[in-house]
Amino acid sequence: MERTEIESKLTDLLVDELGIERDDIRADATFEEDLDVDSLGVVELLMALEDNFGVKIPDEEAEQITTVGEAIDLVEKKLNA
Amino acid sequence: MSRVALVTGGSRGIGRAIALRLASDGHAVAVNYATNSAAADDVVATITGNGGAAIAVRADVGDADAVAAMFEAVEEELGRVDVLVNNAGITRDDLLLRMGPEAWDQVIETNLRSVYLCSRAAMRGMLRSRWGRIISVSSISGITGNPGQANYAASKAGIIGFSKSIAREIGSRNITVNVVAPGFIETDMTEELGTEIAEEVARRVAVGRLGRPEEIAAAVGYLASDDAAYVTGQTLVVDGGLAL
Repeated sequence: MERTEIESKLTDLLVDELGIERDDIRADATFEEDLDVDSLGVVELLMALEDNFGVKIPDEEAEQITTVGEAIDLVEKKLNA
Repeated sequence: MSRVALVTGGSRGIGRAIALRLASDGHAVAVNYATNSAAADDVVATITGNGGAAIAVRADVGDADAVAAMFEAVEEELGRVDVLVNNAGITRDDLLLRMGPEAWDQVIETNLRSVYLCSRAAMRGMLRSRWGRIISVSSISGITGNPGQANYAASKAGIIGFSKSIAREIGSRNITVNVVAPGFIETDMTEELGTEIAEEVARRVAVGRLGRPEEIAAAVGYLASDDAAYVTGQTLVVDGGLAL
């Protein structure tokens, strides 16, 4: 799967599920500070990514995620594993 | 729309009454049991006989793998768990000086660890649905303390602190987390105490009698309903006015 595909899906999830402004979403944007997504929101987002891409993200790896780019990297890594 | 409820320790006593109540309120009910499959089957038969949907599911709720398997089975057969009732509980009463580590660990594992394991397992589905009810059955012992029940009271008080914390964590997602604390209810568990103690307790209850399992189930039914959407982190004491 193309990285851009993961990126666009993640963007859709952030906009549709968490009500984030599309323009605010950049690879280096942090969920908690830049996008104002609380820690539970990050957990929900990762669950939605798991569902959408059919990957399993262990809690230890999920805890490391702070930015949009890191989330994309992780899903990409899981898909190619 | 039929919601799915899972009642741990649902084959007997208060758990049985809760399973029957939630079924009559329109839920599909998973009746968890540890050992007594005949009793669980009887609850299921009663529910299905009344036109409801129910399954029995065996699991030691203090065991992480067993809990994971239980949720998998329930989701496969009935769907995502919308209402979790943590009811499973045991007693190993003794004075603290005579209470060995095993009696302590067994009670904490079955009564408190189970609440952690089951709530955690249920939460994923509830977050996805953006709706959920976690209701745990505590005890008046956990609020007032009770001689001979240091382990039991600790487990039941633990449930209250746990529930308040989780209520704060997930309240924004329409998931409420509450506790029902029964007083003396006529069940196998209290029957062990004998009629003399039961009569003595009844004298101390404002309402003047022991409670019935259905009266606990009614409180759970309320907390599971949409009517209770604005009630979370609470402990509803249903004890006939024993601990006033």
